[in-house]
Amino acid sequence: MELEIKNGVVFDPLNKVDGEKKDILIRDGRIVEKLKGKHDVIDASGKLVMPGGVEIHSHFAGGKETAGRMLRPEDGARTVYPKRNGLRSGSGYSMPSSFTAGYLYAQMGYTMCNTPAMPPLFARHTHEELGDVPIVDKSAYPTFDGNWFVMRYLKEGDPDKLAACVAWFLRATKGLVIKIVNPGGTENWGWGKNAVGIDDPVIGFDVTPAQIVKGLAEVNERLKLPHSIHLHPNNLGKPGNIETTVETLELCREVKSANARQTVYLTHAQFHSFGGDSWKNFESKADELAKYINRCDHVVCDTGNVTLDETTTMTSDGPMEYFLHNLTHLKWVNKDVELETAPGITPFIYSRKNPVHSVQWAIGLELALLIDDPFKVLLATDHPNGGPFTRYPRIIAWLMSEPYRRYYMEERVHKGAQKGSSLATLDREYTFSDIAVVTRAGQAKALGLSELKGHLGVGAHGDVAIYDIDPAQVDPSKDFKAVEKGFAKTAYTIKDGEIIVKDGLIRATPQGRTYWANPVVDHELDREMLKDVEQYFKKYYSVNLANYPVQKEYLKRGREIQIDARDVK
Amino acid sequence: MEIHTDVICPFCGTLCDDIEVHVENGRVMEALNACKLGNAKFMSMNKKNRHIVPMVRGEDGFTETTIEDAVERVARMLVDAKKPLLYGWATTECEAQSVGIELAEEVGGVIDSCASVCHGPSVLAIQDVGFPSVTLGEVKNRADLDIYWGSNPMHAHPRHMSRYSRYPRGYFRERGQQDRTVIVIDVRRTDTAGIADKFLQVSPGDDYELVNAFRTLLNGGDIPDEVAGIAKKDIASALELMKTCQFGMLFFGVGLTMSPGKHRNIDNAISLVVDLNKYTKFNLIPMRGHYNVTGFSEVLTWQSGFPFGVDYTRGYPQYNPGETTSVELLSRGEVDAVFVVGSDPAANFPKKAVEHLAKIPSAVIEPHETPTTYLCDLNIPSAIAGIEVEGTAYRMDNVPIRMRKIMDAPAGLYSDREILEMILLKVREIKNGA
Ligand code: SF4
Ligand SMILES: [Zn+2]
Repeated sequence: MELEIKNGVVFDPLNKVDGEKKDILIRDGRIVEKLKGKHDVIDASGKLVMPGGVEIHSHFAGGKETAGRMLRPEDGARTVYPKRNGLRSGSGYSMPSSFTAGYLYAQMGYTMCNTPAMPPLFARHTHEELGDVPIVDKSAYPTFDGNWFVMRYLKEGDPDKLAACVAWFLRATKGLVIKIVNPGGTENWGWGKNAVGIDDPVIGFDVTPAQIVKGLAEVNERLKLPHSIHLHPNNLGKPGNIETTVETLELCREVKSANARQTVYLTHAQFHSFGGDSWKNFESKADELAKYINRCDHVVCDTGNVTLDETTTMTSDGPMEYFLHNLTHLKWVNKDVELETAPGITPFIYSRKNPVHSVQWAIGLELALLIDDPFKVLLATDHPNGGPFTRYPRIIAWLMSEPYRRYYMEERVHKGAQKGSSLATLDREYTFSDIAVVTRAGQAKALGLSELKGHLGVGAHGDVAIYDIDPAQVDPSKDFKAVEKGFAKTAYTIKDGEIIVKDGLIRATPQGRTYWANPVVDHELDREMLKDVEQYFKKYYSVNLANYPVQKEYLKRGREIQIDARDVK
Repeated sequence: MEIHTDVICPFCGTLCDDIEVHVENGRVMEALNACKLGNAKFMSMNKKNRHIVPMVRGEDGFTETTIEDAVERVARMLVDAKKPLLYGWATTECEAQSVGIELAEEVGGVIDSCASVCHGPSVLAIQDVGFPSVTLGEVKNRADLDIYWGSNPMHAHPRHMSRYSRYPRGYFRERGQQDRTVIVIDVRRTDTAGIADKFLQVSPGDDYELVNAFRTLLNGGDIPDEVAGIAKKDIASALELMKTCQFGMLFFGVGLTMSPGKHRNIDNAISLVVDLNKYTKFNLIPMRGHYNVTGFSEVLTWQSGFPFGVDYTRGYPQYNPGETTSVELLSRGEVDAVFVVGSDPAANFPKKAVEHLAKIPSAVIEPHETPTTYLCDLNIPSAIAGIEVEGTAYRMDNVPIRMRKIMDAPAGLYSDREILEMILLKVREIKNGA
């Protein structure tokens, strides 16, 4: 199968292509230099051509995601998607159901999505559900924040077994990334407590959040994982949390990167950039975080934009969700997972009229505008926590247009946003190339998958998004509505060389790949570590070890990333 | 002899995964670790006279037919119906449930599980007030107080207490039973009550009042000297245990969900648990009966957005319990065909609903003979999920486990999933004008 995309205006930052008219050729699913024979041609003249979008952090599938849907039939009833053109039906405004999520991402030009908080014990659920998310390639990040084995090896000071054990969990859960959510806090939540400082004790385990973060960051590099640790620090959403955030990032500064990339990925940075000490004097500290990130090379973050919608918050941060529930008194789900983590869920209604929410809206944008290098600050809403992913086109338009932001500042959101943030003073406007960075190239690079994803060079996957925006005609600063509309639905989405979306309509629904990491450590060490695991399992888990690892049947199209880590012994 | 270890018991929502099954010449010799109920399920594999061939009702009773003919009949029935009901799903694997949902969508029918006659009220309550819960291993490692309300695990979930609550040693509960307190609340002194540290006998139908009494006292109010047949001091001392424990659990069963008040009972009970979190750590888990009723609501929810009672007649999922749920649809005569998979509505639906079921075209997939297989016009026997077929089931705390296959089904039998796939294919053929 061969395809030629002719005359498009190409933005491919990883290959330093910045708005050139260029043909993209695809054969057997990969970008190639030359085509061999008869092939289809897409005329992309006057259209924007980018690599397929890469979602680095979105709760679109998994156990708590489904619990969130179950909790909120009102969200399901708000938006329904009928069965048509051979597509499955679905529902959900803030939390679209599984098939629908795949279609919606593909329609926006995304070809890879990663679900960022998978409790290991629920990995089977996540993979079952991922099998029902069509089109996009995907992966899941298992959570390690309250992992009893991790804490035990940290306490015993056994970094080798710790590394072997993390490798085992990645293998058992078919996970790609080490995810850490409110380190130590989720374990303490087992007693209704939390961890609010990085040196707080974890009850019953004699370790601290700082040890968990640093220990896992080091393990991550020893195992040479593609991505860095993926971190949601302590104190999410609390006034004054900027201090904790910077302290936590500082823990990873000296960690040596195995793959020439960041050593810590700070997710939904907006929720971690708060100043003040109460909701009364709450203010943005985006400038402080931006200053820090501009100065150092070991951090990449995503924005965690708030889009001012009614949504369903869901994180593995159980104590935070309870805290939120106590603020709003809306219904609340708690889902503590034995020996691992503690997810929670509660609806949240962001309001344009609320000063705090308006400042949060501003912080997400400030971060993107204050951090100089777009490769360090990627676009995400922590779907659905800051807002649904379907709002990305609007965020793109905000980033590209100072007048659009000013209109929101002056006419739409609470005046508090002007006082509580510096957004009104920022006149930077993103270019199309910057947008290509923060929606695909940057994600692929931060994930360590930039050989295959996020670019259009020879050898990359034939994943391409073609948008009906003509950069020669459209001035994004003025025509922000055209930008917003143009990024909402592609003219074409191409996945592995196949036309998936044409004129906004889905034409094919192939099964995407599921990536997972398999770092192989020294055999002897692996055996020794497994002896501990066996013992612990029998005593403390509620399932048998033999029934714990995710069986191969659950990955409909699994892609193992094997890593030689035999030097870990 | 073959020895199968770490086998999952496909019987109750406890979903024990440590059964050791000994099989010799196609016969189950032993099912070690299983309780009486689980053991009976494994041993029932040895029964003779199992149906292999689909049976269809004719002028003079049932006659045998082929699987191809049976599949075609079900497909035609579903396509011809204006609003078919696809009901059951609690005793089959998620992979089959998933095909069932696709089939319901394809024929524009209603799909529903037995939740509407057991834990549907729990789901409604969750949708009202939420659901503070944990996995069962948390209970084992931390809980020092377990309350069973309207639930008699000694009979319905016999290993629940030994695996998770009353007896096991856990990380923070090294002495096992000695570290834990059990309260039973029920309308009668059950066997479970017999081994509890405290038993509160609530007068029938007064569960709501009792929850209210707890909440009133907890929130600083006062209550009469006796509520729901229980003395104030007993209520107060039980509440004291709840407030002062380190980690409390409320397990509730159909005694609470199906007593008068239904989802309002659970609403209120969940609110009590939420309130208790101001004092200590407290959570709850519904004691789901059938081993995979939980799995069905998971799969249906991630695919459609809703957990049961989903109506696809308009081409998109609609959920309106009381309107799109089986008992009501049948009792009001609003469905014109019924397809049952892995359930026995003839035995446990209200009379009016069963009467309508008997009047309209109907079919069932079911390994055993049941009142429903006699009532339906057509029955297709299938292989037994979790013993002859592997696949996913979700435990009562939503933990997904892969059930193992330990023996082959008798030749000629297909799994639920295979039969459903054949029907789906046939439906599409018919719709495409074949
Ligand atoms: S408690 Fe339930 S799952 Fe466990 S062995 Fe008995 S019947 Fe089977
Ligand atoms: Zn998140």
